[in-house]
Amino acid sequence: MNQDIFVLVEHLRGQVADITYVALAQAQSLAVETGGKVIAVLFGGNAVELSKNLAADMVLHVESPVLAEYTCDAYASALTGLIKEKSPRAVLMGDTTMGAEVAGVLSARLGMPLISNCVSIKGGKFSAKICGGKMMVEGELPAEPVLVAMVPGGFRVEQGQAAKAPEIKTSPVPDLSGVRVAFKQYVEPEGGDIDITTQKILVGVGRGLQNGDNLELAEELAEALGGAVCASRPVVDQGWLPTTRLVGKSGKAIKPKLYLALGISGAPEHTETITGSEMIIAVNTDPAAPIFDLAKYGAEVDMLDLMPALSEAVRKAKGG
Amino acid sequence: MKIVVPVQLVPDLVEELVVDKSGKALDLDTVRWIISEPDDHAIEQAILMKEKSGGEVIILAPDFEGVDDVLFAAAAKGADRLVKITGDFESGLNAHALARALQPLVKDMNPDLVLTGVQTHNGLDGPIGALLAEYLQMPYIGYVSGVSVQGNKALISKDYPGGLKAEMEVSLPAVLGVSSAESAPRYVPISKIRMVMKTSKVEEQDAGDLDLSGAAVVTRMSPPESAERATMITGKVDDVAAKIVAIIQEQGLL
Ligand SMILES: Cc1cc2nc3c(=O)[nH]c(=O)nc-3n(C[C@H](O)[C@H](O)[C@H](O)COP(=O)(O)OP(=O)(O)OC[C@H]3O[C@@H](n4cnc5c(N)ncnc54)[C@H](O)[C@@H]3O)c2cc1C
Repeated sequence: MNQDIFVLVEHLRGQVADITYVALAQAQSLAVETGGKVIAVLFGGNAVELSKNLAADMVLHVESPVLAEYTCDAYASALTGLIKEKSPRAVLMGDTTMGAEVAGVLSARLGMPLISNCVSIKGGKFSAKICGGKMMVEGELPAEPVLVAMVPGGFRVEQGQAAKAPEIKTSPVPDLSGVRVAFKQYVEPEGGDIDITTQKILVGVGRGLQNGDNLELAEELAEALGGAVCASRPVVDQGWLPTTRLVGKSGKAIKPKLYLALGISGAPEHTETITGSEMIIAVNTDPAAPIFDLAKYGAEVDMLDLMPALSEAVRKAKGG
Repeated sequence: MKIVVPVQLVPDLVEELVVDKSGKALDLDTVRWIISEPDDHAIEQAILMKEKSGGEVIILAPDFEGVDDVLFAAAAKGADRLVKITGDFESGLNAHALARALQPLVKDMNPDLVLTGVQTHNGLDGPIGALLAEYLQMPYIGYVSGVSVQGNKALISKDYPGGLKAEMEVSLPAVLGVSSAESAPRYVPISKIRMVMKTSKVEEQDAGDLDLSGAAVVTRMSPPESAERATMITGKVDDVAAKIVAIIQEQGLL
């Protein structure tokens, strides 16, 4: 094992994922402790363009038609070869639609321990967030080479960005003939709906809504406020609102002036994309709901009672 | 088409979570175990596929308190076989150990497809589906929200952020980590579950000695210390509404 830190660059349609910069920032701080280098591992894509602001000492680029679009199978195969050859101290990626599964496969394949949901590693200790953000756990970073799947929270995106492009080294293409998954095409999200990413005021509803019929109350409130309704995953899974209104890891990142989060617990998959909101007001019957850690104001009342009362109060305030 | 669905129980986050005396784990006496939500979607997806093209659905779950309810609920939805994995899980079970325990059982079943939830909220050592796939030498795709089988291949819809999806083709057998079924998990009335309990049988398989390696050791567990917690607005609903309006006005948004 050497002391270098690998970071898997996750990119989709020409865009590097924010979590990659977070992982690079973590890798930089870890490399100071280990005395190693930060090596960004990039598969496919336009290497010059994608790596221009990566805070890494070097980019290892592997190019192959099989790596042109992400599949777990191809990425895991290519990374297996590189890890065996270079034996880094740690391999960091995002705990995302890409990194989470690549890390899992590699952990089983290479017998490397895996820390997922990792927020940060400092002084030989890792901390991770579990149980929908309700618990933090800590432990020693294993002494052997380790895989880490990172979630946002410990480092900012800018900390993983550099003004100067790192050196790109092209790595030989490994044998990818055994890959069992083929990318076919992208399917665009349905269009035609309002764009929640540009709204000034958003009324977010979660499972606390209890029933699709209650959506009317949220629509009425949003209308009174001059905003729009968005939702957490369970609401969309139930089909009460379309995917275009989904906020979170699998939905959209929002940055309104006001986010009224109603009956939303504040799971990391939701909250990681609401931190751009200027003000969050959360309403939840559970005083321990993690959403109150992010909100400026909170109220422990029933959202179903509050929505009509608030609509009324807003209309009155507007003189209507 | 034989579909095997390994599922897990996780702490219900609606209940208060209490750290035990060791300071390293949840106090199990206070935990209410429920099916992990993505696993519920995996069951639904399996049942939808069976309804469409026939086949057999086998549910596997480790023996946690409440596991019988989870298994019988799956049977009431249409699952054909229920398997409880027994073992000493009190002192800790992790994704690696469970995947290793599942591997020989699933292999013996000779499935065309393994569907499982893409993640559990309390997991610290990766998704079970990815681990199991590798132990079974099968390909893995996670964050799946649609599956259609064509011969010995399946066309998979994989979720990316922002509602974007990718279509991927995978050769079978394969393991898929489901994040959402093609339609929301169906509700089954208790009366139907009770009826199923009388006719369904739960098979038992022993997990053997657990091999927990592959996960980091936890030395401390605690609720997050937040730098700033929300300022709470108190009072009756109408007071709360009035105070929220005042805050919004202060922000110049009304
Ligand atoms: C792969 C993956 C991707 C995901 N992506 C996303 C995503 O993009 N976006 C997302 O939101 N989630 C996502 N999730 C799901 C996420 O993990 C949580 O399960 C989800 O965010 C919880 O939604 P919720 O807060 O509405 O529901 P819950 O966590 O069930 O919370 C409901 C809350 O409502 C409160 N409540 C209940 N009744 C009332 C009432 N009458 N008045 C006021 N409060 C009430 C409860 O106290 C509770 O806090 C994803 C999960 C996975 C596995």
